[in-house]
Amino acid sequence: MINYNVDKKGFYGDFGGAFVPEMLYPNLNELTLNYVRISKSKSFKKKFNQLLKDYVGRPTPLYFAQSLSEKFKCKVYLKREDLCHTGAHKINNTIGQILLAKELGKKRIIAETGAGQHGVATATVCALLGFKCIIYMGEVDIKRQSPNVARMKMLGAEVRPAKSGSRTLKDATNEAIRDWISNPVDTHYIIGSVVGPHPFPDMVARFQSVIGYETVNQLNELENKSKPDYVIACVGGGSNAAGIFYPFLNDEDVKIICVEAAGKGVNTGKSAATSILGKEGIIHGSKTLLMQTNDGQITEPYSISAGLDYPGIGPMHANLYKSGRGEFISVTDKKAMEWGLLLSQMEGIIPAIETAHAFAILDQKKFKKNDIIVFNCSGRGDKDLDTFIEYFKL
Amino acid sequence: MNRINKVFQKDGTIMSIYFTAGFPAKNDTLSIIKELDSAGVEMIEIGLPFSDPLADGPTIQNSSTIALKNGMNTIILFEQLKNLRKMTDVPVVIMGYFNPILQFGIEKFCESCKEVGIDGLIIPDLPVDIYNDKYQKIFKSYGLLNMFLITPQTSEKRIKYIDGISEGFIYMVSSYNVTGAIKSFDSFQKKYFKRINEMNLNSPLLVGFGISNKNTFIDAGKYSRGAIIGSAYINWISKNGIYKTSEFIKSLRD
Repeated sequence: MINYNVDKKGFYGDFGGAFVPEMLYPNLNELTLNYVRISKSKSFKKKFNQLLKDYVGRPTPLYFAQSLSEKFKCKVYLKREDLCHTGAHKINNTIGQILLAKELGKKRIIAETGAGQHGVATATVCALLGFKCIIYMGEVDIKRQSPNVARMKMLGAEVRPAKSGSRTLKDATNEAIRDWISNPVDTHYIIGSVVGPHPFPDMVARFQSVIGYETVNQLNELENKSKPDYVIACVGGGSNAAGIFYPFLNDEDVKIICVEAAGKGVNTGKSAATSILGKEGIIHGSKTLLMQTNDGQITEPYSISAGLDYPGIGPMHANLYKSGRGEFISVTDKKAMEWGLLLSQMEGIIPAIETAHAFAILDQKKFKKNDIIVFNCSGRGDKDLDTFIEYFKL
Repeated sequence: MNRINKVFQKDGTIMSIYFTAGFPAKNDTLSIIKELDSAGVEMIEIGLPFSDPLADGPTIQNSSTIALKNGMNTIILFEQLKNLRKMTDVPVVIMGYFNPILQFGIEKFCESCKEVGIDGLIIPDLPVDIYNDKYQKIFKSYGLLNMFLITPQTSEKRIKYIDGISEGFIYMVSSYNVTGAIKSFDSFQKKYFKRINEMNLNSPLLVGFGISNKNTFIDAGKYSRGAIIGSAYINWISKNGIYKTSEFIKSLRD
């Protein structure tokens, strides 16, 4: 059997590893030596599961979408991560990492954020457990995501603008990494996706894997089957996808579909479809697929949804792509926005624009009548209301 | 013998100056090297600009952004360096992040380095283990020395491991920080320099990060073979242009 999970050296096939300056070696080494042991310990599991249940509101429902199922003539299920506290799956990871940071004796938390969802999820757990919290956010993103900036401030976090480079998510990530270089002893960096140097991609995937494992249990109850025919998720960095794919990675009976943001169209120069437009290289300490110039300079992606607006994908996903284990489909802004509206009106669920991308494949892909399709409904659309209002002139 | 090894055989404190290729103007590369050579520096470090320089502070980040806007890239740099060895015998090192080198092609990059007379490389985000497993042979076959960094946090065991692989010098990062100029070293830093110095490593040490004036340069020379100066020089040429380089070098030495 082929292994699609991480290997002992921190690689997924050719991808992953820790391509970082020596200054980060001690921090990463400390994590590498401890994250599996701590996260498997009884006391950690007890606290983690308790918080996921009582604070986040897990398990999230696996909802049978009647209208979608009828229209597309298959069995469509939605894993309702949009019902998590703070509005998306992001908090599963921040709860896990903050407990880990506490166990490691850290006092100060830093994080990067693009749209602000991961920033809010980080600020939330810092408020919960009394950590000092600094969120790096691109100057451009601070301007276009002001409600989330206000949320982070209400939760007691300091929001620091990233003023370098293109002043968006990738630069916020650079700034967070630089902060970690300067504060290697008392600080933990809560990265928000399955990206960055090993062990982050694996650590985040493990904390998000609760999504997939709950799905297995719920399918057992609802369908008397432990696996679906398809699992489908949107991919920016890829944390919600990694979470729902996790139990099925090595089970090739389950087909995996990753949905990327085509932006205004894959060939328009305004896109974030990394699997198509990217080449192998190194971004934020990880060997993966990324969008770059011929000269190896990292380029700025585009998507209407800030959460998919990242020039790379996680190394797990790069390997799913290269090996052919995962099917990659890209969806334009226009299709995603239409599906935001469609899902709202067919199922009464207003999805995040990121999430809406995943559903749009129902237009492109044919399924069989008895196929069980599970979508990760990764986040809710409250944060995107302004974009919806402007787009549909609501 | 490699020019880097040769320079460490001489006495005296080594001054290595870093500049970003393509800054302030795209075609300044050789002019800057000429200025540094006639000012008498012992080593020159050419920075290959990168869009996302993780280990660098605002000064070098900014110079990289401008260099890229000026149209600088790896191909152009090697073209500019064609006549390097007609001009100077000073050892020259390229400092670059791994991705642009990877895209250029590792072997082709090493070959181009050899052709123009580059002596060594500093690739901060190429980890020691991966270099050891995959790239050491290629680098060596083109006569290139690869330099590694250590920090106040690097364990003794790892320093010894790095020392075993190093062939040119070890780049001793002065603090918990990204690159950038500071005015003086504190007792924590001096204690760290002393601790490393007392390990009696095989490789000579150069201190980098935070060297900005006579004070920090002289201190670096007390605990190591010399210092690498980057941000302070970039700041200087931003203000004074490239043709007053010898004034800057003098201000550090006298």
